[in-house]
Amino acid sequence: MSERGNPGRERRDDAGRLDPVDVLAMAERALAHAERGGATEAEALVTVDDARLTRFANSEIHQNVAESDAQLNLRIVVGRRVGVASSNRLDDEGLRRLAETAGAIARNSEELEDWGGLPEPTPIEELPAAYSEATARATPEVRADGVRAVIAAADAAGVVSYGSFSTATEAIAVANSKGIRAIQRRTGSQLLTVAMAPDGGSGYASAAAVDVGGIDATAIGREAAAKARSTSNPVAVDPGDWPVVLEEYAVVDLLSMLGYMGFSALAVQEERSFAEPGRKVGSELVTIIDDGKDPATLPMAFDYEGVGKQRVPLIERGICREVVYDAQTAARAGRTSTGHGLPAPNPYGPFPLNMTMSAGSTSRDELIGGLERGLLVTRFHYTNPVHPKLAIVTGMTRDGTFLVEDGRIVGPVRNLRFTQSYLAALAGTSAVSRERRTLRGDFGGVVVPAIRVDSWTFTGSTEH
Amino acid sequence: MRDLTHRALDTAAQLGATYADVRVVRRREESIAIKSGKVEGVASGESEGFGLRVLVDGAWGFASSSRLTAAEADRVAGDAVRIARASATALRNRVRLDDRPPAHGTYETPIDEDPFSVALETKIGLLLAADAAAGKPRGVSFTETRYDARREWKAFAATDGSYTEQTLTHVGAGVEANAIEGDEHQRRSYPDADGGPFKAAGFEFVRSLNLADHAEGLGEEAVALLSAPQCPAGRFTVILDPSQLYMQVHESCGHPSELDRVYGTEASYAGTSFLTTDKLADGFRYGSDLIDIVADATAPGGMGTFGWDDEGVAAASVPIVREGIFVGYLTSRETAPRIGRQSGGAMRADGWNRIPLIRMTNLNLLPKPGMSLDEIVADTDDGFYLASNRSWSIDDRRLNFQFATELAYEIKNGKKGRLFKNPTYTGITYEFWRSCDAVGDERSYVMLGTPNCGKGEPGQGASVGHACSGARFRNVQMGVGKW
Repeated sequence: MSERGNPGRERRDDAGRLDPVDVLAMAERALAHAERGGATEAEALVTVDDARLTRFANSEIHQNVAESDAQLNLRIVVGRRVGVASSNRLDDEGLRRLAETAGAIARNSEELEDWGGLPEPTPIEELPAAYSEATARATPEVRADGVRAVIAAADAAGVVSYGSFSTATEAIAVANSKGIRAIQRRTGSQLLTVAMAPDGGSGYASAAAVDVGGIDATAIGREAAAKARSTSNPVAVDPGDWPVVLEEYAVVDLLSMLGYMGFSALAVQEERSFAEPGRKVGSELVTIIDDGKDPATLPMAFDYEGVGKQRVPLIERGICREVVYDAQTAARAGRTSTGHGLPAPNPYGPFPLNMTMSAGSTSRDELIGGLERGLLVTRFHYTNPVHPKLAIVTGMTRDGTFLVEDGRIVGPVRNLRFTQSYLAALAGTSAVSRERRTLRGDFGGVVVPAIRVDSWTFTGSTEH
Repeated sequence: MRDLTHRALDTAAQLGATYADVRVVRRREESIAIKSGKVEGVASGESEGFGLRVLVDGAWGFASSSRLTAAEADRVAGDAVRIARASATALRNRVRLDDRPPAHGTYETPIDEDPFSVALETKIGLLLAADAAAGKPRGVSFTETRYDARREWKAFAATDGSYTEQTLTHVGAGVEANAIEGDEHQRRSYPDADGGPFKAAGFEFVRSLNLADHAEGLGEEAVALLSAPQCPAGRFTVILDPSQLYMQVHESCGHPSELDRVYGTEASYAGTSFLTTDKLADGFRYGSDLIDIVADATAPGGMGTFGWDDEGVAAASVPIVREGIFVGYLTSRETAPRIGRQSGGAMRADGWNRIPLIRMTNLNLLPKPGMSLDEIVADTDDGFYLASNRSWSIDDRRLNFQFATELAYEIKNGKKGRLFKNPTYTGITYEFWRSCDAVGDERSYVMLGTPNCGKGEPGQGASVGHACSGARFRNVQMGVGKW
C-alpha cells in the first residue's frame, strides 16, 4: 500500500481536517523550498476543503457525496519570470518537487515586462461571521433531515421535489516572501430546490448562509411547492418588450454577469468593459457594492493573494464608480490591490466575489402592483453574453413566469427567451424591494433585492 | 495500488455495503497562456486521491480523500457507508444495477509525442509565433494564445472483482485575435474559441494545427468585422461550419439524450429533457433522414474515448439517432434497465473527488456521402455560412436554443461573399434538425469537442468529443435582439 506523508506531523480532527495552524506552516515550508531553489519572490496558497452535498430528485436522495482535499498553489518569481505549480501531495518530498517544478517553469518563461511584484502585507480583519462550527460539523443526518423537510412540504402540496443541500468548510492560508501571513476559515451552506407539479408547473427556492442553522428547509420547500402549484398549465404569451418584476433569484444573474463582463480591472485595461468611472449606466435606485467583510454575504477576510478585502463601490446611484483589482492589474494602474485576486495563474483577472445590491423602499406587493401589464420572472436559466461590451445577454426564464395585469398576478405563462442588455435593465430599474436575500451567485455570496424593470426584451418562447 | 482499492472495498463490505467501487486517480495538467505577445501564465498542476461509491440498503453514498493511506481508506469507507445510510432515510426506490461482466485490462491513449516531455521553451516558442502573427495586422487590440495538456491515470476496482487501469492524454491549443472600437468587440479564433480544440492525442496534434500559418488571417478578419454590416434578421438558409455545428450537436443532441436528465436527476440544476422515454418507444422523428448520430467512445482522437467508463462498462458505439429517428440514450448501469437495455457505458467522473454521472462520450453527427462542405455552399443560391461559436444558450428541456458565431458570410449563387458581424440564430431543437437538407461528406469530417462541459452538483467538468462535417438548414430564424 502506498503510504505517503508524515501524518504524525499534522493535527487533524475526527473528520480528517487539518488544523489551521498547520495549514499556514505548510505554506511557510513551501516558501522555504522556493527560496532555497533561488526564487526572488514566492507565494504559497493553501486551500483545505471539506465539502459535502446531499442531492435529491423525485422526492428521494439519489446522490450523497463528501470530499476532503488540501492543495498548495506555489507561485515562484525569478527576476521578472513567473512560474506556478500546484499539487495536493503535501509532504516534504511533494513540496520540494513542487518548488522545483514552479522554479523550472519560471526560469523557462519569458520575462514579464510589467510584472508588478507580489503584494505587500495589508491589514486583515478577523471575520468571526465567516465561520460556523455548526456548518463545519454538519453530518449526513443533518442534511438528510433538511431534505426530508423539503420533501414533506412537496408531498403536502402534491408536487415532486428536486434539489441539493450542501455544507462546506474551507481553510485558506497565504504566505509570501514580502511578509504576508494570512489564514482564515470559512463555512458555507446552501439549500436549493425545484418543485414540479404533475400538470407541468415548476417552482424554485433557495437560500445560502454561513451557518447551516440559518437555513429554514421547510420554508424553502413550501415556497417552491407553492410556486409549482401556481404555474401549472401555463399559457403562451408573445415575445416582445415587456415590463418585468425580477425576483431575487433572477437579479443574482444580473450581478454575476456584470461582474464577469465589466467590474474587473483587467476587463477595463483590455477595453472590453462597459465600466468607466462617472459613466451613468443605471437608474438612481441602483447601487452595487462589493464588500467581502459584509456579514450578510458569505464573507472573506482576504483574497487568494493574501490581500485584505476592501469595500469597493461598483455602481452608486446609477453611476459607475470603481472596479476591483488584484496585485498585477493594480501595478499596471499604479495603485494598490483592492483584495480581489484569484489563484495564480489567472487569465481572467480580479473578480468581485461578495456583491450586494442596495435595498429600495418598495414592498414586494408594490413591485408587482406597479405593473399595469407585465411579467413576473422567478429566475433565469443558461445565460450567456452575446455582446459583452454592451452587456447583452441571452437566456431563458425558468421555474415560475407569470402574467401580471393591473397589478395582480393573472396566471402562469410559458417560458421565454430574452436577449437583453443588462446595462439597459439597470437604467430601466424603476423600483427596488426593501427586502433582500443572501443567495449564492456563480462565484460567491450575493445579497440582492427584487427589482422592477420598465422594459425587458423577450425574443422567443418554448413549449413549457 | 490494488492494496488501497482492496482495503477500501473490503472495509465498505464489512460495514454493510452490498456493492462498492473505488477509483484512484492521478491527474497532471500543464497550461500556457500568452496574451498580446507576453507569457501571462505557465502552470503545472497535479492532483491525486481516491473516491469510494457504496450501495447500502439500496441507497448510494460516496466519500473521497486525497490521502492515499490504509487508515484513510478505512475512514472514507466508514464515511461513505454512513452517508449511504442517511440517503436511505429518504429513499423511495432501491437502486438496482444492470449486470455486466467484470472489467479487466488496461487502456492508454495512443500518442506519438508525449506533451509532458516536450521542452517548455519549444511550446512557448510555437505559441508566441502564432500570437505574434495574430497581432500583426493594424487594428488588432489584443491577442490570446493558449495551450493545455492533461494526463489522467486511473485505476477502477469494484466488489464484483473488476480491476482496470487507464491512462488518458488530452491536448489542445488555439489562437485568437480581438479588435475593439467603441462599443464593438470582435473576435476571431483558430481552430476554435477558448484555446481549443482539444483531442485525445500527443503533442503531434498541436504541431499539426500549424497555428502560426492561420493566425495572421484571424487578425485581418477581426478588424474587418468591426466595419462589417450587422447580420440581418429574418428567415434564411444557414450552413454551419463544423466549428459551430459541434456546439449545436452538443447542446441540442447530446444533453437531451442523457437518460439521467430524462429521469429528473439533474432537474434542480441543468434541467430535464424533452426526449422522454415515450419518444423512444414511438420512434420520435428527431431530424431529417440525413441525421445519424452516435455516442462513440471508441472514436480515434475523441476526448470521450476510453477503454471502460467509470462504472467498468467497456467502451462502445451507441446509436442515438438513425436516419432522423430517435433510437437510443446515453445510459448508466442504474438507468439502462429502466428502458430494458444494458448500459451503453457513459458514466464518467471528473477526477477522484466526484461521482460518475452520465456524460457524453464522443457524440458524432456522421458524414453523408454526396457533397463536400464546399459543394454544399456551391449548391446554395441564397443564405449564410456561419463559423466559430461565440455564445450559446438553451432551455432547461433542451428545446429553445440560441447561438451566436464569430462571423457570417453571405452566400449568393453558390459563392461566399460579404462578411457580416454579430450573427445569431435561434430555433426549436427538433424543428431545426428536421430542416437539415444537406450534411457534408467525409472530406470535412473533423473531430472537435469541449474540455469543460458542465454538469452536476457539486459541479463537474467533462471532456467530450464531437465529430461532424458541416450541414445546411433551411428557414432558420437569424438576427435576434436589439443592437
